[in-house]
Amino acid sequence: MAEEQEAKRPRLDDEKEDMDAEGSAPGTSGLSTGAPAQRPKKSVQDLMRPYYGSKFPYDEFCAWLAYGHDSKLPQADAMFFQRRELCFTLDGDIFVRYQSFKDKEELQRAMANKVPAKIDIGPIYNVDPQRRKAYTGLAADRVFAPVERELVFDIDLTDYDDVRTCGKEAHICSACWPLMAVAVQVIDACLREDFGFKHILWVFSGRRGIHCWVCDERARKMTDEQRSAVASYLSVYRGSEGGAAKLALSQVSAANHPSVERALRLLYAAWTESILPQQRLLADEPAWKAVLAIIKDEEVCERLHGRWQRAHGRLTSGDISSERWAELSTEIDKVLDSKSADRARKQQLLRARKEVLFAFAYPRLDVEVSKKMNHLLKAPFCIHPKTGKVCVPMDPGSIWSFDPEAVVTVHGLLDEERGSPKAAAAEQAMAEALQTFHGCFLDELAASSRQSIIAKARSAAQAGLAW
Amino acid sequence: MSAWMQKQQARSTRAAAVASAVAEDAAELASEQRISMYTEAPSGEVCIEDFERYAIDRLRVLKGIEEAKTKGFKGDQLQELVVKLAEKHLRGATQQETRWKDAVSHFVLRLAYCKTEDLRRWFLQHECELFKSRFRNELPASQVDFMRRHSFDYEALAGEEYQVLKPDLVKVQESVGNSAFANEIKQATSRDAFFKVPFEQVPDLVATRRVLLKAGWAYVSRHEVASLVVSRFRAGLSHALVLTARRWATIIADEEADRLTPLISTLSERYLGPDYGDERKGPSEAVMAAQIPYLAKESFPLCMQSMYHRLHTDAHLKHNGRLQLGLFLKGIGLPLEEAMKFWRAEFGPKCMGEAFDKKYAYGVRYNYAKEGKRTDYTPYSCMKIIQTPVPRGEAFGCPYKTASPQELTEQLRAMRLPPRVVEEAVSKARGHHYQLACTAVFQGQHNCICESGISHPNQYYDESRKELTAAQGATATVTLGGAEHKTPVVKSSASAQALTAGPTPMTT
Repeated sequence: MAEEQEAKRPRLDDEKEDMDAEGSAPGTSGLSTGAPAQRPKKSVQDLMRPYYGSKFPYDEFCAWLAYGHDSKLPQADAMFFQRRELCFTLDGDIFVRYQSFKDKEELQRAMANKVPAKIDIGPIYNVDPQRRKAYTGLAADRVFAPVERELVFDIDLTDYDDVRTCGKEAHICSACWPLMAVAVQVIDACLREDFGFKHILWVFSGRRGIHCWVCDERARKMTDEQRSAVASYLSVYRGSEGGAAKLALSQVSAANHPSVERALRLLYAAWTESILPQQRLLADEPAWKAVLAIIKDEEVCERLHGRWQRAHGRLTSGDISSERWAELSTEIDKVLDSKSADRARKQQLLRARKEVLFAFAYPRLDVEVSKKMNHLLKAPFCIHPKTGKVCVPMDPGSIWSFDPEAVVTVHGLLDEERGSPKAAAAEQAMAEALQTFHGCFLDELAASSRQSIIAKARSAAQAGLAW
Repeated sequence: MSAWMQKQQARSTRAAAVASAVAEDAAELASEQRISMYTEAPSGEVCIEDFERYAIDRLRVLKGIEEAKTKGFKGDQLQELVVKLAEKHLRGATQQETRWKDAVSHFVLRLAYCKTEDLRRWFLQHECELFKSRFRNELPASQVDFMRRHSFDYEALAGEEYQVLKPDLVKVQESVGNSAFANEIKQATSRDAFFKVPFEQVPDLVATRRVLLKAGWAYVSRHEVASLVVSRFRAGLSHALVLTARRWATIIADEEADRLTPLISTLSERYLGPDYGDERKGPSEAVMAAQIPYLAKESFPLCMQSMYHRLHTDAHLKHNGRLQLGLFLKGIGLPLEEAMKFWRAEFGPKCMGEAFDKKYAYGVRYNYAKEGKRTDYTPYSCMKIIQTPVPRGEAFGCPYKTASPQELTEQLRAMRLPPRVVEEAVSKARGHHYQLACTAVFQGQHNCICESGISHPNQYYDESRKELTAAQGATATVTLGGAEHKTPVVKSSASAQALTAGPTPMTT
């Protein structure tokens, strides 16, 4: 199915995106009015050194990862930051794991020195990861092991390739961004409302995915088992089998868990407003067949299929997919209202209509990333080596207005003429990204980390040492 | 929680010294009828035989649980089976003896399974399953009583909060199919129906969305309290195991060097044989993992028999052997999931759980075209087996070619073949007529003439089954001729049961 669609549809593919990076800088495309730059563009790797030299926000980055332990509070754990693993990916895909740094200055020096193409953040270990060798082969209680780690999620558009009609793989455009936007909404709502997490950082991964960092202390201290449980709770879409989506919905009842019902409400809004029309999900035969395959009800499917086939090529005033979705809903409602249809059939149809939304639009988490404490995840503010885009924080509250194609790039920041409108726009975009980082995440986190350290000292004084 | 842990720590250090006496909370034990948190090591004398016997009986239960889970048992079905297993193996003559045996066996296995991360994980997982099943098997009143005794003082959901959450609580119950309970909530303001706990304490309920979550609190219904209790049981046992390991390494291992140490260190390597319970009756054409031991004896050609034997005694078989035996087993009709079960059980003593999954599960799936090139490999023929060079010490290949005449003689005698047949086979093998030797053995074993000769291990097997089935059909007329393994097929499943459940494999 996927191949058929690929062949028939107009699409923006990888090359287009790569050309973007070389043509007009995507970070400023909104402002550029004409002449593309004449001189050859520098490569992303060339720009990495100056980026780490002058643009990377070390202050914010380290303030985050220190969780208040960089303060002058007497109870602060000065070793805290140093027990964090960072992994550098050097040029040529060389992974240098178990890097750790005493403080901001040391990190800054190392990055300027090694110029990693990518930085991953690992867990906090019980000891400085650089000294891990001293702990191998010792008794059970003195092993080198992770003790803390943010709860992380990774959602990638490539996992939507079987339902995306605008492009495949590394492709990303305004037509598929709604899938990411609704993913942020659904997961963010669950994490905040159900699990009570407050310090959640959403990051654009630089190309076609998004990352989520849940940084509440409670989240950081979760065991692998608890992480798996949360990931499973959040996973309604469980991959596909033989072309059909596997959904973890209630099998015994039409009622779903309140959390799933909330997700459905969010999905429904995104579906009718953006996903359905922009992805053109009912516009041509392979697409509607995929949808009808979920509806299953023979009578309904046959009728619609026939009607849509006859209408092939006919022009409509509005959006064809939305119109057809309305027709589909009407057909289902007709059955639901009819007295002759049996109860099982009605139940099935009612459920199927929901299932379409879950199968096409529910966030597709890469759960392996979330399950284990010691899984690495790319750090925010890295540069994506292929696109040159900065992995910028996103405000979940205004996720729908986030434009992945307009994200600030290292070229915009460092390869434009000083003072040119493009350079200014890039500076502005970077400043805004930092503002988002502070406003949506860091400021509140810093306040709560500070309080937590003080509170801990107090309770430790009262109760003796916690185990 | 941490106070509880400290208590637990103090207790389990004592627990490590199983054989030594520790003061016991008699009042607690009196009310503690069938389940225990094992916070206190039992005190009293255990004779060394009981010490071992109890441990092995418990091991049977835990291995039975592992078995059931690989078979896909879940929920109530699993619970029922686990309770039955415990009843079967851990029951004493009196209630008191049952409790005693339960406690002793638990603490002995704690010692045996504390040493490595893998062992601890295995023990923890299956002990938790056992505990959970037993707990859920209790009546609600007894469960509540148990929780009270172990000071699970959770906040019961009540008043305004309950009213606000009621519609959502109903929805959760409906979504998991408890409509009766959902109606109960709707109609009455039934008190104490829910506990409010941090979501971290009920990961299993969270994972399956069986619980309402609000702002980090999980609202656990009284039907689901088991997972709360188990969660604490797990945390306590996990912690205790680490402490026990430390204490074992530093103190007890030396103190008990002559008495308990040798016993303890071999316990975790004990192989109890594939005890596949009563799942023996499958479709006639499919072969179950549990049948392999007796099928091997009855119908495997020598090459497969010796590989199987090697696998069974070493709990390991090298790559080529796994390939050769694995494909042969596929050929006789062992389905993938049964194969997985078989290999997992055979490798069990040395390599279990995740380690097995990482190292060997791929290979099993590969044989069934589920990995790699996904080619449906066919079992090797005699020609292929004979031609493959066999490095020293490997178990694969054709034994008529690779074994020395003495070894061969011994192996054939072990099959209880008449001396005449052994002689004939050995001399044919010496003359490089390996397949003729094999044919001679087949004829001797089945007391028949094999005109086509043996050219494929699977052919050997198929012919053998045919002969044995025919013999079964005509039990009255066919002379059994002293070949005692020529038991009718139906009966042999019973004998296989004796074989796997009997005392012999225990001591290997």
